[in-house]
Amino acid sequence: MKFVPVLAGALLVALASSASAETLTIATVNNGDMIRMQKLTDDFTKDNPDIQLQWVTLEENVLRQKVTTDIATKGGQYDIITIGTYEVPIWAKQNWLVPLDKLGADYDVDDLLPAIRGGLSVDGKLYAAPFYGESSMVMYRKDLMEKAGLTMPDAPTWDFIRQAADKMTDRANGINGICLRGKAGWGENMAFLTAMSNSFGARWFDEKWTPQFDQPEWKDTLQFYVDMMKADGPDGASNNGFNENLALFQQGKCGMWIDATVAASFVTGKDSTVADKVGFALAPDKGLGKRGNWLWAWSLAVPAGSQKVDAAEKFISWATSKHYEELVASKEGWANVPPGTRTSLYNNPEYQKAAPFAKMTLDSINAADPTHPTVKPVPYVGVQFVAIPEFEGIGTTVGQLFSAALAGQSSVDDALKQAQDVTTREMQKAGYL
Amino acid sequence: MARAASTQRKVTVTIVAWVVALVIFFPILWTVLTSFKSEGDAINISHFFQTPWSIESYFEVQSRSDYFRHFFNSVIISVGSTLLALLFSIPAAWSMAFAPTSRTRDIMMWMLSTKMMPAVGVLVPIYLIFKTLGLLDNAWGLMIVLMLMNLPIVIWMLYTYFKEIPVDILEAARMDGATLGKELVYVLVPMAVPGIASTLLLNIILAWNEAFWTLNLTAANAAPLTAFIASYSSPEGLFWAKLSAASTLAIAPILVLGWISQKQLVRGLTFGAVK
Repeated sequence: MKFVPVLAGALLVALASSASAETLTIATVNNGDMIRMQKLTDDFTKDNPDIQLQWVTLEENVLRQKVTTDIATKGGQYDIITIGTYEVPIWAKQNWLVPLDKLGADYDVDDLLPAIRGGLSVDGKLYAAPFYGESSMVMYRKDLMEKAGLTMPDAPTWDFIRQAADKMTDRANGINGICLRGKAGWGENMAFLTAMSNSFGARWFDEKWTPQFDQPEWKDTLQFYVDMMKADGPDGASNNGFNENLALFQQGKCGMWIDATVAASFVTGKDSTVADKVGFALAPDKGLGKRGNWLWAWSLAVPAGSQKVDAAEKFISWATSKHYEELVASKEGWANVPPGTRTSLYNNPEYQKAAPFAKMTLDSINAADPTHPTVKPVPYVGVQFVAIPEFEGIGTTVGQLFSAALAGQSSVDDALKQAQDVTTREMQKAGYL
Repeated sequence: MARAASTQRKVTVTIVAWVVALVIFFPILWTVLTSFKSEGDAINISHFFQTPWSIESYFEVQSRSDYFRHFFNSVIISVGSTLLALLFSIPAAWSMAFAPTSRTRDIMMWMLSTKMMPAVGVLVPIYLIFKTLGLLDNAWGLMIVLMLMNLPIVIWMLYTYFKEIPVDILEAARMDGATLGKELVYVLVPMAVPGIASTLLLNIILAWNEAFWTLNLTAANAAPLTAFIASYSSPEGLFWAKLSAASTLAIAPILVLGWISQKQLVRGLTFGAVK
């Protein structure tokens, strides 16, 4: 019977050690960089044996719904959440996020790209640390451009894009001059069209929150988009989002594609049939001082309901540090380091050599300013979105109207009139007007 | 002539049935086929059958996520919620079938009407209740929610089967001195086994496929196969082969169960349909 106290003692020790270990539940999206991080966390747990990690990976729309429910009810299911630049300013103002002020002395917060940091800060306080950042840019087929007798400038205009699209279109061989997003949604076609409208001098709202779809700048934007897509875009473009266009481009069916910079590694990757023929350029402009590119960052934040704030900040500090970049580089090469967050990465000659699209990504990110996104002044933050809670609903409804215009179900004028009406109504309901 | 017309009709019906069956089955077939392709070949529809087949996606899925943990959660939640539902619905269906009142019909219609409410409408209240009771990310919590969700259908199905059982047999049992509990356990349930079995199977399938509550009320510990699939979907990146492999792994167990028990299911679902 002597073994009973021994067993009880062992049990107590085991219980005590498991009680001292903290488990962080991390909600994240399914993309290559995040999946890679999950595989590399041994480096973190080795130095922090008292912290265990538990992952919840989800498709981003499912994740947004779950995390919003949890954070709004202070459910406390997650200790770290992955959120985008749209949510950060809204949630920070609601006091749903913990300000990140314990990231450590060697974190070097000033090294974060200013455009990205600006989008994740409220009143000068950082509420989320960027894990990877992206903008949008032009990806084009160098061979088709040459065949068309044109040279893509580093910073093209919309008129050049239209001219090139017309010349590259070769319906007989299944080549569409240009592929753009048409699928309805605030993060789908409206991300592209809102960014594009910035370069045309348009804006969602004036300084008094009056919707601006009845202004000539929006008419120019939408008419240009619909005309170009009808002449040079793929069939059924109103159903195409990122993935559909990626599939078309990878199979050599697009002359140009303007979309997220993250696509660069896909179109030059092993699954692409045109990997060695792709060139990059900045998103187009109209000579008004703003380019038609967006700015997005998937960032890590601590919800206010978490009981493990210190451990959570420690992990965030690790995952978004320079050390993590070096870790990825040592294990998987510099080309696989999460892009778009730190200035030092773009000054690193090894990274410049490994990632041919590095300079274009940095220039695209620097060309976007979430705090001054448009030619005329606006009361909101956000390049391809308006950082107010009502935008998800309004943006998706307007996206449906514009998608219908692209599909030929309504005219550009009708779509804009309805967009103006519906936005005005929603803004009145929400108390802005 | 009559025979010729009848043969022609049979052939037509058979062809239509095959076409409908193939149309319904095609997405599943395509998912399974896509899961054996590389990511690049999965989107290359024009040369789909010429490109090589591989099981690489299955290895990647298994190395990235713990399939068996999600699988066991799915089994526990679907079987648990079904058993709980039967526990409540057998007495309820008994009372409605054998001791109806003038309001029974209204109650049954009201129960069915609760199915018409969109689930998202009660998400926040349920979430808050779960938070207070500590049931978030907990298999028991999901069993209760799924039981409540499927209860109207289960009661309705059992009611239909119970109505087929002659009330005289139950009365005879009572005459012999059986208590209410004994009448239920030793007389009614054994006689209604085929009906209960098909209800059980259908309820397991419904609970297995439920993707709203299982996604919203779980995080890491109680996440079933629906969360496993959702982790492979992505709006930015073509991961169709891996997504298809994850989907195939998730539906395989329930597909096998459905295949084995199809006779029971069809019999149960059409029971009492022709009178």
